[in-house]
Amino acid sequence: MTAFFQNVVNALQWGSFYALIALGYSMVYGVLLLFNFAHGDIFMVGAYIGFFVATGLTALLAAGTGLITLPMWAILILSILITMFLTSFLGMAVERIGYRPLRNAPRASAAITGLMIGIILETGILAIFGAQRLKFPDLMAEIDALAQPNIAGVIISWKKVMIVGVAIGLMILLQLFVSKTKWGMAMRAMAYDFAAVPLMGVPLNRIASLTFALGSALAAAAAVLYSVAYPVLDPYMGITVGWKAFVAAILGGRGSIKGAAIAGFMLGFIEIFSATLFPSTYRDLIAYSIILAILVFRPHGLFGEAHTSKLRL
Amino acid sequence: MSENSIRHPKNLRKLKKMLHRLTSHFGDVPAMGWLLAGLVIALLERFAGSSLAYILGLSKLPALFGSLVFFAKPSLHFPFIFNDLATIAAVIVYDLLIYVIPMLVVTKFTIGIANRISAALFNRSSLLSILVHLLLLYLVLWQWTDVSTYRGLVTRLTMIAVLITLSLNIINGYMGEFSASHPGFIAVGAYAASIFTIAMFTDSTLFGAAKLPASLAPFFFPVALILGGAAAALSALIVAIPSFRTRGDYLAIISLAFMFIVKSFFENLEFAGGPRGLGGQPNLASLPVIFIWMILGIWIINNFVRSTFGKALNSVRDDELAADAMTVNTRQTKMTAFLFGAFWAGVAGGLLAHVLRYINPGSFGLQKLAEVLAMVYFGGLNSVLGSIVGAVSMNLLGEALRPLELYKWIVIPVILILVMIYRPTGLIAFREFDIANIVKPKTHKEGDDAAS
Repeated sequence: MTAFFQNVVNALQWGSFYALIALGYSMVYGVLLLFNFAHGDIFMVGAYIGFFVATGLTALLAAGTGLITLPMWAILILSILITMFLTSFLGMAVERIGYRPLRNAPRASAAITGLMIGIILETGILAIFGAQRLKFPDLMAEIDALAQPNIAGVIISWKKVMIVGVAIGLMILLQLFVSKTKWGMAMRAMAYDFAAVPLMGVPLNRIASLTFALGSALAAAAAVLYSVAYPVLDPYMGITVGWKAFVAAILGGRGSIKGAAIAGFMLGFIEIFSATLFPSTYRDLIAYSIILAILVFRPHGLFGEAHTSKLRL
Repeated sequence: MSENSIRHPKNLRKLKKMLHRLTSHFGDVPAMGWLLAGLVIALLERFAGSSLAYILGLSKLPALFGSLVFFAKPSLHFPFIFNDLATIAAVIVYDLLIYVIPMLVVTKFTIGIANRISAALFNRSSLLSILVHLLLLYLVLWQWTDVSTYRGLVTRLTMIAVLITLSLNIINGYMGEFSASHPGFIAVGAYAASIFTIAMFTDSTLFGAAKLPASLAPFFFPVALILGGAAAALSALIVAIPSFRTRGDYLAIISLAFMFIVKSFFENLEFAGGPRGLGGQPNLASLPVIFIWMILGIWIINNFVRSTFGKALNSVRDDELAADAMTVNTRQTKMTAFLFGAFWAGVAGGLLAHVLRYINPGSFGLQKLAEVLAMVYFGGLNSVLGSIVGAVSMNLLGEALRPLELYKWIVIPVILILVMIYRPTGLIAFREFDIANIVKPKTHKEGDDAAS
């Protein structure tokens, strides 16, 4: 039984990454009706930006060096925030350069452009840092040394608590932003009826940039959390994690934030439990087969509206 | 004349005039003329190429029109990425002497005789004309690639890429679905054909002794390829059947999931090597074999898309409800398109396996998907000619930029993004391919050449 709960905790952690990245895909798809295939690589670049931010902050602010000293958890929070801020610029740049010229082009062309931008990002990082993998600084050292919570025999490391907590916190913040603020209302309006939005005096390009910025910021948060959990960075990490999150986003339903989050956690559960119950090499096979089955029977995803095709008269 | 002298300085005008004089006859050169020029070039290079290279100071014959030499040795001084000026000059002289000048000379002086031969053949029977042209094309390719194994490999891989691009164009271009499943089809075809040939004709550790003598292998190779194609077509049912209910974005996801499933399936298939891959295919995919399959593929696919079935594909793409109302059987159309496209992808996969003589599941993932999609969207959707152009240019570009190593993967995506921005459906999209028009003789009476 403890093994089961241990796996639940693992699945929650694993699912948080998928959920955060899937939110970025889902928002962009809901607002702009476009698959941002470069999102996984924005996640990867976010991890590298986070590496520099964390290393820099640790050098400047850790105990014993620099002007002020901050405890490690403060540095962690600060690095997450700064990385989110910096990566949002990358997302806005990608939108400006790659997707804005193609706003009226067939969507397949935008998808290809996204793929190519992803390749450019990967190659760029590979060219700058080489094939040698980087090690993310250990920001959780102090906290890990504290006693770990032990609930009914299940040991939960503080790392997992922090990751799941931060992820859920960010998701709640996003939900509040989208539902309570004017910008969020503009985003929902764009998702509802794209053509009417500029007629109502809402700046289309700014909302598009905002959507990309938010999505990239969430991906950057996921990147820092992922690097804390698995501190090895390599230029192709965006492919493995990002594409699965993409599938989770679609599973959750078109443009549905709640759906993306739930589907992300669901995918985490499916993967962890299929690795537990079956030989772990079958993990991808089983996960994707389940997703395929779900999509065959519920094509618009779990929480998406059914897409009715209208007669154009 | 005075306007021209304001806009173009004198030297530029002279240059333009000279260029015009050299190339003005191009409009009158029939396909036969180009092929004859190509044959002369290939033979010239075969017999005099290495000596010429040696005289010019190059260490060996430039393999790919000198582009490899051009980009080698990136340097931080001017002219930055290029080689030293002496090598560049040598390569340019080589190209001029072996390629440009013979092409200009032969095309100019054989216009008359080429047109006469073309007309004689075409009037006899268009089929005879096409066959003669194909034979000439094969001769040119054969002689050109005989000089180096590298060229042979590049040409064979390019021909396979043409087949893959054509098969993908059926689904992505003619039927308008964004299908990411093609690497999966190629993988299934590659593995099926490989398992057949390895098990039957070689002594292998995985499958035991050869069941039939190895000398029979070339005769059974078509069987292996068709088996690969059929296996791929069968696997396409996984994508085709959901396509009845979903379209557009959700079908894209289903096809993506299919690709990952196939990759993971082969990674777990221990009896075919698993993640270590499957090697040791017999050396059956030679230049003539691949050439014949490519021509067969082009012919059959071109006929398919020009038939009423091809029009049905277009109608399903443009407006599925209207097509249904016009008695088009949309389910059968979708099924046939997927299975037909997957069949040719499987055949191409089988050929690929036997050229490389080693396949592993990792090579059929997202990288392959990006390459394949790049070829189709670069060349042009809904167009046989576009597919051929896209496959050849992307492949040659990929090979020519190889000395740039890592930066190749920045140049090629940038080119593709530019094409997507300025021509979103590709370079040569929505054009029909009429073979008869190509092999016709070019006579003045026709007026301007009536392009298809």
